[in-house]
Amino acid sequence: MAVAASIAGEERSVQARMASPSRFGDKAFEWLTLAMALAVVVLIILIGWQLWIGSSVAIKKFGFHFLVTSTWDPVAEQFGALPFIYGTLVSSLIALLIAVPLGIATAAYLTELAPLWIRQPLTSLIEMLAAIPSVILGLWGIFVMIPWLRDYPFPWLKRLFGWTPFFSGPIYGPCMLAGGIIIAVMILPIITSVSREILRSVPDLQREAAYGLGATRWEATRIAVLSYAKKGLFGAVILGLGRALGETMAVTMVIGNTPQIAASLFKPGYTLASVLANEFTEATTDMYLQALFEIGLVLFGITILVNLLAQLLLRTIATTSATRAVQ
Amino acid sequence: MDHLVMETPERTVMERMEQGTAPPPEAETPAACTFEVKNLSIWYGEKRAIDNVTLGVASNAVTAIIGPSGCGKSTFLRALNRMHELTPRTRMEGTVLLNGDDLYSSTTDPAIVRRRVGMIFQKSNPFPTMTIGENVVIGLRLNGVRNQKFLNERLEKSLRMAALWDEVKDDLHKPGTSLSGGQQQRLCIARALAVEPEVILMDEPCSALDPIATAKIEELIHELKAKYTIVTVTHNMQQAGRISDYTAFMYLGRLIEFGPTTKIFTNPTEKQTEDYITGRFG
Repeated sequence: MAVAASIAGEERSVQARMASPSRFGDKAFEWLTLAMALAVVVLIILIGWQLWIGSSVAIKKFGFHFLVTSTWDPVAEQFGALPFIYGTLVSSLIALLIAVPLGIATAAYLTELAPLWIRQPLTSLIEMLAAIPSVILGLWGIFVMIPWLRDYPFPWLKRLFGWTPFFSGPIYGPCMLAGGIIIAVMILPIITSVSREILRSVPDLQREAAYGLGATRWEATRIAVLSYAKKGLFGAVILGLGRALGETMAVTMVIGNTPQIAASLFKPGYTLASVLANEFTEATTDMYLQALFEIGLVLFGITILVNLLAQLLLRTIATTSATRAVQ
Repeated sequence: MDHLVMETPERTVMERMEQGTAPPPEAETPAACTFEVKNLSIWYGEKRAIDNVTLGVASNAVTAIIGPSGCGKSTFLRALNRMHELTPRTRMEGTVLLNGDDLYSSTTDPAIVRRRVGMIFQKSNPFPTMTIGENVVIGLRLNGVRNQKFLNERLEKSLRMAALWDEVKDDLHKPGTSLSGGQQQRLCIARALAVEPEVILMDEPCSALDPIATAKIEELIHELKAKYTIVTVTHNMQQAGRISDYTAFMYLGRLIEFGPTTKIFTNPTEKQTEDYITGRFG
């Protein structure tokens, strides 16, 4: 009897719950996820605000000149960030020029051409490259890469292209080109693995369409895979660029750390991230610290700007293809 | 089941064509054969997908391959232009002759095979980054054709043959994916026709289409028969009955029965064929 009664009670409560199910879990989950999502935004705004506060005096003192002058003299409290901005942009550009073709070609090899047994090991190896600590890569850069570059590829480049301003002048070793190359090594894994995922998401039906017309492997990869994946690959490049702009340790170790703007890529340079890493401990005066904060703000601004531009570009590509797709 | 080409039948295909709507052929075996498949077996890894199939595909006729899911009919179709080789770990035995040429000889380039044997897929697959016009002539471009006048002529001819010209002639610059599903499938047919293949393979070409679009494709298949040999895979037995001259019934990788469609559908020799056609299994 008691058992029957408790079952009946349970039944009533189940019925009651089903009649008006509690939405508490749903609501809690919604608020929780919203809070998490907002936290990221708040964090970004806070960082920007902090950098702004930290550099407000410098901003007031140097104004726009900070961005367009080249003197970096902490003793005389003269600060101009142009060489660092230049160094960051140029080294990142070099890195992209090297890493993008290499990364996309590797991804295309991995998804379209490589024999099955080689795909997984090769992918793991490439991803392992991303796991190498930046400082180790920097050490390798100093002791292995730079001596090699100085002895073989650099003189060769100079012989071939020495007539252009980019490859003229003496070869020291640590230089803008070495910095760009080390960044290329660092962003190669991300560009490769993102590109690989994007190429893998191209429907097989597209490949079959090309092969069915008698396309060779290269032709099918070109007309069916790469052109289908264009937009996604652009995203992979931007992701790589984002990494390249902020890359610090390894670059600092090979770029030469000289704030100058020189056409020759054999000359040393300096990046925003490198000057921050190198000089924060020695910033003794308030204005010096303020200037370094402003460097941080500039780097922060450049990365955000690049990402915004990229998204804008992607959206225009998307909308044009969308309007084209309207019947 | 020795449905090989043997002797010259009384009436040739051409004669039948001249009589207008080709009456169902009386001969058990096709007249002139475009494909001669002998003892074809195909493995995916350890799994045997096609088991010792021998059959001849008649020229200028529609051959339908029917059978329950997983019977190997798609694999068989793909073996006719070496498309199955795109799947890793496949192995084949036997011979496939296309108008007398061994498709699997060591010196044959699969890309060349696929230029001679066009293919239409289950879902339409125009290249989304190309316009309607570019989609049609891409096969010719891959073959190195650069003459714009020739490309334009072939573009119009192919679209007309695919019964799409009147619908798209003013929109050739629009993307191929802007068309409706049925139009996209006809665009893919035009794309295949543009390279003037010897055979067209169709892998359930109507399975993603509504009845009206299906009717259009079926009509098109009927018209294309005059110039091309067509092999089609279909799930839809009514469709096989409507469009094909010959029907092959496959089950578990084996060819159970092959013959004129009217015979297969009205008077099958094998019990399994009868069971499948009457809907007792499959």
